[in-house]
Amino acid sequence: MIEVVTRHQHAATIVSIKGDVDLYSSPSVRKAIIALTERKTPAILVDLQNVSYMDSSGVATLVEGLQQTGKYKGHFKLFGLGLAVREVFELSRLDKVFEIYPSEDAAFSSLI
Amino acid sequence: MNSLSQNRDQQVAEDSAAIPSNTVQFHLTSDPKLLKVVRLVVGHLCDLAGFPEAQRHRATLAVDEACANIIRHAYEGATDRPVIITARLIDNGIEVVLRDFGKKADVEKIKSRELDDIRPGGLGVHLMQSAMDEVVFDNTLPEGNQLTLIKYLPQFRSDIHEEVIP
Repeated sequence: MIEVVTRHQHAATIVSIKGDVDLYSSPSVRKAIIALTERKTPAILVDLQNVSYMDSSGVATLVEGLQQTGKYKGHFKLFGLGLAVREVFELSRLDKVFEIYPSEDAAFSSLI
Repeated sequence: MNSLSQNRDQQVAEDSAAIPSNTVQFHLTSDPKLLKVVRLVVGHLCDLAGFPEAQRHRATLAVDEACANIIRHAYEGATDRPVIITARLIDNGIEVVLRDFGKKADVEKIKSRELDDIRPGGLGVHLMQSAMDEVVFDNTLPEGNQLTLIKYLPQFRSDIHEEVIP
């Protein structure tokens, strides 16, 4: 099971994901993120603190979000990556492509 | 029952009769919701083998990606087709063999995209190859494909060092 909760706080929209993001669950994550990018949400912060696993379909979903926000010059940032999630970003060398922050506060601060 | 099904049943019976020690073999359908079960089994086997946490994550990721490729490519998204996974402890690590009975893969097309080409998708093969020490694909079987993934314990490899990520 996966939970995807979207909330708006100040100038940003936070997408909090809880659970494993894999081929089964990534469509739910994609649906939430694409709904935001279609509305040209200016700043999307993806909370991965409670994601214990992510595969390439999850990474692909985040790459899509990054690219869609880039089209309208929005912000798309990640925070709270645990060991397993960080592993997949490093193996795919995407840790240098995304803006990744240790915490929600740090991600917020980067918007100022 | 058609001949393909008979061949498959025969293959299953032969495989089941010859399970060596330190081996877990399980049959599942090509349903993405079962991937977590696969990850739990492989992760536990890695623990038994003595892999450090980061290496366990990598091995689990590789097997998960292999299963996802079977579902997406060999079975083109069908969720009711058979997959047989045979995972075993070897002297210096683990070996996982994934067997499907779907569309044969074109070995020439099994490759990762360039990592500098930032776009969604196309990372699965790269992740498998990065995470495992040996990735052997066999599409010469009468039906379907077989993928063998081997990962050695760090102490049996001279070219890796465990990274501690805070």
